[in-house]
Amino acid sequence: MKNATISVFLVDDHQFFLSGVRSELGDQFAIVGEAGDVGGAVKGILEKEPDVILLDVHMPAGGGLAVIEQVRKSNPDACFLALSVSDAAEDVIAIIRAGARGYVTKTISPSELASAVRRVHGGDAVFSPRLAGFVLDAFAGSVQAPIDPELDQLTQREREVMRYIARGYSYKEVARELHISTKTVESHVSAVLRKLQLSSRHELTRWATDRRLV
Amino acid sequence: MLCEHRYEGFRFRPAEPAKESHIARAATRDDEETTPTKSSSRQLRQRVSGFAFRRSADNRVLTGTAGGLAEITGIDPTVVRMAFVVLSLGSGFGIVLYLFAWAWSDAATGEAQRPRWSITESPLRQATALGAISFGLLLVVRGTGLWVADSLVWPLALAAFGATLIWVRNDATDSPLSGRAPTNPLEAVFASKASLRRTAAGGLFILAGMGALLSANVPLSRAGLVLVPILVTIVGVSLIFGPWLWRLAQQLSDERRERIRSEERSEMAAHLHDSVLQTLALIQRTDDPQKVSSLARVQERELRAWLFGQSGDAAADLLSTAIDTMASRVESVHHVPIEAVVVGDRPMDERLMTMVHASAEAAVNAAKHSGANSVAVYVEVEDQMITAFVRDSGRGFDPAEVPPDRGGIAESIRARMERIGGRAEIVSAPGEGTEVRLSLARSL
Repeated sequence: MKNATISVFLVDDHQFFLSGVRSELGDQFAIVGEAGDVGGAVKGILEKEPDVILLDVHMPAGGGLAVIEQVRKSNPDACFLALSVSDAAEDVIAIIRAGARGYVTKTISPSELASAVRRVHGGDAVFSPRLAGFVLDAFAGSVQAPIDPELDQLTQREREVMRYIARGYSYKEVARELHISTKTVESHVSAVLRKLQLSSRHELTRWATDRRLV
Repeated sequence: MLCEHRYEGFRFRPAEPAKESHIARAATRDDEETTPTKSSSRQLRQRVSGFAFRRSADNRVLTGTAGGLAEITGIDPTVVRMAFVVLSLGSGFGIVLYLFAWAWSDAATGEAQRPRWSITESPLRQATALGAISFGLLLVVRGTGLWVADSLVWPLALAAFGATLIWVRNDATDSPLSGRAPTNPLEAVFASKASLRRTAAGGLFILAGMGALLSANVPLSRAGLVLVPILVTIVGVSLIFGPWLWRLAQQLSDERRERIRSEERSEMAAHLHDSVLQTLALIQRTDDPQKVSSLARVQERELRAWLFGQSGDAAADLLSTAIDTMASRVESVHHVPIEAVVVGDRPMDERLMTMVHASAEAAVNAAKHSGANSVAVYVEVEDQMITAFVRDSGRGFDPAEVPPDRGGIAESIRARMERIGGRAEIVSAPGEGTEVRLSLARSL
């Protein structure tokens, strides 16, 4: 399988979780390294240059956010998939805005985790229903004077796709409902991820400011 | 005017200029203290009620008498009041006159007879009253001749006033604005605007008192001779005791912070004990993996609400809260994860409550019959409509040949929604999961 060539780096300060993920993913991906703290993670990632980094959001000394920021300074193309104990918006928006390609909850099943790793490696985004709901909330209504109309608004199609994901549809099911290909759904989601990361929409910045995430 | 922040609820009558002089007010308050008891005055008033005018209900400082007089004579009430005050200062005649006028008058109509200057109302008024009494007493004592010397008493009174301002604390208004414990003694004193202002005002009064005392008792030519030793003494004393005092204050504030921290810790320990530890104990005694994960999820929800949630009434009747509560309830009963996502929000009302009940029914149905390992609930508040989707990716069914147990539920969901003017649609096919779609116009 071509998946065997995807190299994965694990970052988590919980040994239990590290060993669990290693045994789940070990036979499908090449686990090239792991780290339990921010410093070790940054060093290891820059050294090993893995395809995908599985990154715990909550860690001492700045958490996953610090890792992304430090790694991206010298390697802006590093591909992060964030892991969080839950997919509540307060945990993940900051990490998505910092540059993660997606995130999954730690309760995810092994097969779903594997497909999420493949998806971010393929350049797509991983959205959960709750994140989709957050996006719909944040991009609700139209902006009076968008700073960047490209980034500050969702297209009708993107909105539809987000709505289906929020309703619990998988990408494949969304594609069937909208009579488009799964690939198209994925590109819509990636476009939304880009907007989520780069938009300076008032709602997003205010949201982040309220929670002291900027 | 000092301590302006405490003047809330301190309503001057509209007709009166805001800057009434302190003397005038103090003397007016003097009047109040010499007012005879109510019962005797009532008898007096009954005798003369034939000539009565009405005291003013909304234009009054003490009883509304001056306001009432002003109303019937057309003279500015402030002028009437000043006249009373001036007459009182001379011989006390004004007080007698005022009492007569008051006895002559009838109670004001309209507003209840609540004294506007009730001592229990605010500490400020209490303080003002006490100040006025003291001032009055000093004047009386001075009048009787039992008097030390103007040059001693007035500066002392001034300084005493200043010292009181600085020393008396009001914790309610002095608590630091930032809501955290002060980190050093200086901050403790100047933490809030209010206490800073009061300290400054108090200091000014004390300095003025000292200045007055010195200038009245020491000839100017010798002022230097007195001031230099005083300054030297102050500097010396503060050099000796300053660091010690500072350290003492520092220790105090450290202790206070430590106490706050340990209170927080014990509150958190109590909460974790009641919730998380209980759940962990329960999990260890449970064999069914699905039950374990649902216990964990319910606990996670609860903990998260405690850590990040909006608490109190603000969130209590919002649609999002109702949906979340519904989801965790269904989840804890049926041990299937319910993923609830709410976009937009609005306060609950009866129709929304019915809609929440309908979606709960759909979620229960999915949890019981679909065999799916999770159920997604999605609610969106749009400009015109409120929509709710309850979806599972379980075994589904053919709507054409509805099994009797599910058909009944489908009908009851539909009936609920139609009763409030909404719609329910159930989409399913064997092997493709089931989705219940509810919609409701925001207004009928």
